[in-house]
Amino acid sequence: MLNKIWCALLILGIGYGFAKAVYRSVTGPSPSRTVLDQEADSGKEEGVPDEKTRADQAKIERNPFLAMGKSLTDTSVQAAESAVAICIGLIGIMALWLGMLNVAKDAGLVDALARALRPAVRWLFPDVPDGHPAQGAMLMNISANMLGLGNAATPLGLKAMRELQTLNPTKETATNAMATFLAINTSSVTLIPMTIIGYRVANQSDNPVEPLAGILMATIVSTTVAILAVRFLARWRIFAMPQGLPQSPPIQTRSSTDRAEKQEP
Amino acid sequence: MHSLFEMPFREVMDTFSQWVIPVVMLLIVVWAALKRVPMYESFVTGAKEGFDVAVMIIPYLVAMLFVIKVFMASGFFDDLKTAVVWVMGHMGLGAYTETLDVLPLALIRPLSGSGAQGVLNDIYSTHGPDSFIGLMASTMMGSTETTFYVITVYFGAVQVKKMRHTLPACLIADAAGIIAAVVLAYILFA
Repeated sequence: MLNKIWCALLILGIGYGFAKAVYRSVTGPSPSRTVLDQEADSGKEEGVPDEKTRADQAKIERNPFLAMGKSLTDTSVQAAESAVAICIGLIGIMALWLGMLNVAKDAGLVDALARALRPAVRWLFPDVPDGHPAQGAMLMNISANMLGLGNAATPLGLKAMRELQTLNPTKETATNAMATFLAINTSSVTLIPMTIIGYRVANQSDNPVEPLAGILMATIVSTTVAILAVRFLARWRIFAMPQGLPQSPPIQTRSSTDRAEKQEP
Repeated sequence: MHSLFEMPFREVMDTFSQWVIPVVMLLIVVWAALKRVPMYESFVTGAKEGFDVAVMIIPYLVAMLFVIKVFMASGFFDDLKTAVVWVMGHMGLGAYTETLDVLPLALIRPLSGSGAQGVLNDIYSTHGPDSFIGLMASTMMGSTETTFYVITVYFGAVQVKKMRHTLPACLIADAAGIIAAVVLAYILFA
């Protein structure tokens, strides 16, 4: 699925860019806004554009093929660099929140939260055995998302994914629990969407919090649909776990661990 | 400066959300102190893992961000919108074409967070944040996520490459959120 989308995006992007450049060179020069913007940006960075860059710009404006090619090449390099920058930028916040999470876990706070919300978690993630650290991590992530704490949510979510991976018998294939967790996560249950309020304040809105009720209702709809969709799609054969592995391997472990716990003393 | 009781609602919300993190941290540390947890060691152990995860995501994010950005740079989205406006105009739905300004937002939202923010700012500056279109766009933006980014980062952290039904389920949920935002905007703000 992702392979096809990845391939389609790249072919469509480059192919469409090529076709557009052909069209432009037939209809006459009208450089795209994006190229001009990028040129303006790079000009700003380098200070006053000298004669050579001005000549280059004129050349780019005359030749749509050059403009589109340059735009596609520059974009791919910039995208790769910005992806690395995002990840490097994550290191600090990841270390901070996973450190705090570990303190909370050692203090028994995460387990307490997991125990309090156990019925809901059990229903959503039947494959995750009770008391597993994944339960606590997922709950922490969902709570952080609800409060609009995006910075804290990502590290907690990644921690949850790593805990879920310990229950995964295949290692390269997503489990049902992972799919459910991500569906809930991307449908973004938000009680306080601070970023939106921020944008609206920045744009001189008279009432920045006006859409809050609408946002809350829309997120409830999308999260409900996410849970239903993930449940429904998991049954399709094309999405089945590979190599004849059981659909949800640790599902029996709830009863078996219960039994094991009872036998233990 | 005004007192706590005279603050407008938005400032109360903002203040509240700024205090959530310090209060949560304080709670954790106080509780850990009561339980006599060796906090410093515990923190460092957890923090180490953060570094590994952040570095591990890099190849996945480069792969994903690069195709999305190249796709955007081709100008496909802008032209798609022009085409849809033209088609709708010819179908006699010209009156609704204003609503189409949120279409690029709906299409870009799952792919690129910064792209969506750019489109949202465009909508705010052409229609105003308090207009019908502005409110619809706000609702849409607030009720959806940058799905591709989240999926890439989360699965990258555990090196999972086959996502099975995750992506279709998330995209269905996004579509539901976008449709809900449009419908709710007509109910609440029209």
